[in-house]
Amino acid sequence: MAVDITLTVNGVPYPLAVDPHASLLHTVRTDVGLTGAKEGCDDSECGACMMLVDGRPVNSCSYLAVQADGAQVTTVEGLADGGTLNPLQEAFLVRGGVQCGFCTPGMLVSATALLESNPAPTEDEIRIAVSGNLCRCTGYDGIVRAVAEVAAKRATQA
Amino acid sequence: MSATSATPPAARSYVEAHDVAGALAAMSAGARPIAGGTDLVVGARHGKAPLPDALVGIHRIPGLDEMGPAAGGGLRIGALVTHARLVADPAVLSGYTGLADAAAIVGSHATRANGTLGGNVMNSSPAMDTGASLLCHDGMAVLVGPAGTRHVPLAELWSGPGRTTASDDELLVAVELAPPAAGGPTGSAYVRLQYRRQMEIAIVGAGAVVTLSPDGARVTDARVAITALAPVIHRVPDAESALVGSDGGADAARAAGDAAAAAARPISDVRGSAGYRRAMAAVIARRAVLTAVRRARGEPVAVPASDTTFGS
Repeated sequence: MAVDITLTVNGVPYPLAVDPHASLLHTVRTDVGLTGAKEGCDDSECGACMMLVDGRPVNSCSYLAVQADGAQVTTVEGLADGGTLNPLQEAFLVRGGVQCGFCTPGMLVSATALLESNPAPTEDEIRIAVSGNLCRCTGYDGIVRAVAEVAAKRATQA
Repeated sequence: MSATSATPPAARSYVEAHDVAGALAAMSAGARPIAGGTDLVVGARHGKAPLPDALVGIHRIPGLDEMGPAAGGGLRIGALVTHARLVADPAVLSGYTGLADAAAIVGSHATRANGTLGGNVMNSSPAMDTGASLLCHDGMAVLVGPAGTRHVPLAELWSGPGRTTASDDELLVAVELAPPAAGGPTGSAYVRLQYRRQMEIAIVGAGAVVTLSPDGARVTDARVAITALAPVIHRVPDAESALVGSDGGADAARAAGDAAAAAARPISDVRGSAGYRRAMAAVIARRAVLTAVRRARGEPVAVPASDTTFGS
């Protein structure tokens, strides 16, 4: 039977009745209506569905929505401030970290989690962090440069 | 998950446990525990086993995510401690470095942020990266069930791929590791053969823990365990006896590696043939031993060792 939960997505609480087997990805896309996170492999391999759950990077295709009851969920839609992109999103555009765009929401969320836990990552650490996010267009270099640039800018501002 | 219907099947249920007693009550009524879900949900999609109808969320039970000294002086790791926590923990990095080597290369950073040691242990995969190190440190599962608490050596818990000797109404609450052998400096390592550094499953793996005499000249205690080379991860007594009393040098490490290959019962699958696995068992076990010896001697070897121990 359906289970009543409250899913807080990008700061907005959504009271929902969900199938215990429903994934967080399905619930956010279908019941909440935020379609930024993508279903790629549906198997925890590609990272296109990545969200933050209480700050942790989660492959939402393989995480049950019921387990996120009461948690703070952040999707790519929560990164921008209204219509203003955040510095990471800007850097992805400037550095050519976006081509077809399918991996981008997960890539941005993954990089956000990295910079939260490691504000000054090496290039190797950036590559390790986004290795669970598959991109078939960019060759990753633009993505890695974008993340490194944001980290470097933050370091000089701190 | 594929799209779900508006009205889920009536048999499906979910409750969240707020303490161990609540989890046990749900499990006695037939529910299966879920924490990070990184094995259970993905495994269900692969057809390994369907997602159980009745689930009990144990992921926020207070206390099960704690780490600290075990009663006997070793390390007690709560079942909900994630791989990411293990890699960042000073006590693990200094005293159980091989476990950090292993935890650092499980899945991706999302897997490590959510996947728990308890889930990894109860999944009983012969390829689990943390298993060899846990065995080398005399890892003990702490199971709580209706009849009380029991401590089960991991070697007796793992009975086959995906199978354990725990009963369905028992919950793993912690894994306890023994303190390093007394007498002299100890080093440990876990090395796996990998085609890529992340999002990988061990083709072959080996863990080693080596204790030296106070002057560093002799190996006084050695543990070696092999991964993805048999239906369960297991220790290799012949490799250990080849090391004890030796100088821990290249010849002894080679003998230990050869013993590991001789003890292997590998299968052929998509990641490698049985013959390749057996040949590589000797190489990987040797590297694990040499890395453990180097660490015991105080030489810094970065975590994870798998990324840096080429050519040794």
